[in-house]
Amino acid sequence: MSTAAPKRPAGPARLGWRIRLRRDKSLLLMTVPAVVLLLVFNYVPLFGIVTAFQEYDPLVGVWHSEWVGFDQFQQLFGDPAFWAALKNTLYLSFVQLILFFPVPIALALLLNSVVSERIRNFFQSVVYLPHFFSWVLAITIFQQMLGGAGVLNQFLRQHDIGTWDIMTNPHTFALLVTSQAVWKEAGWGIIVFLAALSAINSELYEAAAADGAGRLRRMWHITLPGLRGVIVLMLVLRLGNALSVGFEQFLIQRDAVGHEAADVLDTFSFYYGISTGGYSYGAAAGLFKSVVSLLLIWGANRLAHAFGEDGLYRR
Amino acid sequence: MTNALTVGSRREKRRTAAAAARRRARSARPPWEEPPTAVGQAAKGLTLGGTLAVILVPLWIIVLTSFSTPGAINRAGGLVLWPDGLTTETYRQMLSDPTVVTALGVSLGITLVGTALSMAVSILCAYGLSRPRSLGHRFVLLLLIVTMFISGGLIPSFLVVTGLGGYDQYWALILPSAVSVFNILVLRAFYQETSAELIDAARMDGAGDWRILWSVVLPTSRAVTAVTALFYAVGYWNSFFNVMLYMPTDSQKWPLQYVLLTYVNRANGLPGSVNSGFGETHAQTAPLSLQMAVVVLTLVPLVIVYPFVQKHLRTGVLTGAIKG
Repeated sequence: MSTAAPKRPAGPARLGWRIRLRRDKSLLLMTVPAVVLLLVFNYVPLFGIVTAFQEYDPLVGVWHSEWVGFDQFQQLFGDPAFWAALKNTLYLSFVQLILFFPVPIALALLLNSVVSERIRNFFQSVVYLPHFFSWVLAITIFQQMLGGAGVLNQFLRQHDIGTWDIMTNPHTFALLVTSQAVWKEAGWGIIVFLAALSAINSELYEAAAADGAGRLRRMWHITLPGLRGVIVLMLVLRLGNALSVGFEQFLIQRDAVGHEAADVLDTFSFYYGISTGGYSYGAAAGLFKSVVSLLLIWGANRLAHAFGEDGLYRR
Repeated sequence: MTNALTVGSRREKRRTAAAAARRRARSARPPWEEPPTAVGQAAKGLTLGGTLAVILVPLWIIVLTSFSTPGAINRAGGLVLWPDGLTTETYRQMLSDPTVVTALGVSLGITLVGTALSMAVSILCAYGLSRPRSLGHRFVLLLLIVTMFISGGLIPSFLVVTGLGGYDQYWALILPSAVSVFNILVLRAFYQETSAELIDAARMDGAGDWRILWSVVLPTSRAVTAVTALFYAVGYWNSFFNVMLYMPTDSQKWPLQYVLLTYVNRANGLPGSVNSGFGETHAQTAPLSLQMAVVVLTLVPLVIVYPFVQKHLRTGVLTGAIKG
């Protein structure tokens, strides 16, 4: 009893910090370039948040601009364009959650049931590809297929059915951007689910089959519970990013469908902040978004823990 | 001599037979599973085939249109679905357009320089944080991870970069996005798995940390290096928003994605951005085949690199998703 092993292995951890510094100085030195870049381009902008509480004037800089307290926020909350952008953001996020989220799971389940390895590999290498396209390229492709001069309308015109301009219709914009997102990212999304599927113990299936469970029962009682952790993690991430629906995607298409339908918080912040020079106003909109996003991540993570899952980190 | 040869070939034969059996076993249906129904098979085939078609057919049409003569495009009434008069004239024309050629050079330059810089910084930082119980690595790690959740937002970042004189400078397209904490975490997770015995052995032989990183860790983690480099390269190659922020006016400095935006989307009444941002020179409509040729040009580097990295994608992504 008295010879119980020490809790921590004796050794380097117990050395004084001077010795450890001499030992690890090259390791520390290696992290310096990354830390410097992050300090300059991620931490310094954090202090730039104060511009949201100023009437920022680029000529005199942050130090000498006039402090206005919460004036920018008051103006923001009285601005119908801001509420429209917020409403669009939440609406588009919701539509994407409902229509996008299940697609990679369904595709992964389907692909997992394909026996031929050659087909699986080919399918994966094709569906991963659009993830690496830029939004400029993806939207160009959509434009060529569905736009006014695109393949679809060309076909409709040749058969005298009348045209159908999908790319500039503000009423169906949510469906359009969701289908673009599905086209570009759904294939990439299956990676995580395929990995979770391959981690499920196949003996479980064997035992269930021996007990007489059919295809559907095995899916319900083994496959889906096996995927549960990953699905919850992905949901948490998606909820946390609810206010960041595709920025570049909307920016490119904003003028075609009109800003009433296409403005989200990010584009609002960009247009009212940089294009018109109202830096403080844009910074206030950006700060609003950051704070709400952080609350959403925190809330979603709490929710995941409440359901007994790990969420972003183990409790 | 002959005996040795036959033995060799017999062993060879046995080995290929074993490989074939393994392949069969891997792609065989487990014995307890029901045989598939015809309807189920058909539905599955249709879904998978349809998914592939939705991705591949547009690419096919675009490539074909870029190789078509104006006559063929007219006959097809726009985009070409079947090979008809093929020509490489469009590409000759495109490569004689100084805007496109300059843009290609700019894009390649930003991608190469940016990727090299990002990889150097990330590999060093990831290794620096990967050794257990080193001084201060927890603090630095925390410093990195915080940036994944809290950011100053668009305007403060813009003010910092322009405040440092980044307007109209190429470094403004590279440095602000040079470090991806996600990629560092992926690299770090792999470096932590490099066998401790191997590293200790190198240390016994008198190798310092720089030497160990270069001669032991890097050679054993080529796959993840390739995946990370691909992620960075694709990020630089695809970036257009930074251009819109920091160099919207000088069309001689635009990378390819931004030229594509003006060539294609402007021509189709999809002006992408700040109206003042576009030079007058490209306001007129470029011929359809030329637009499609620029699209193809943005795809070429990806098509060249992708097959080499594709088989490693899974490992890179999963490490990031699970341990990050």
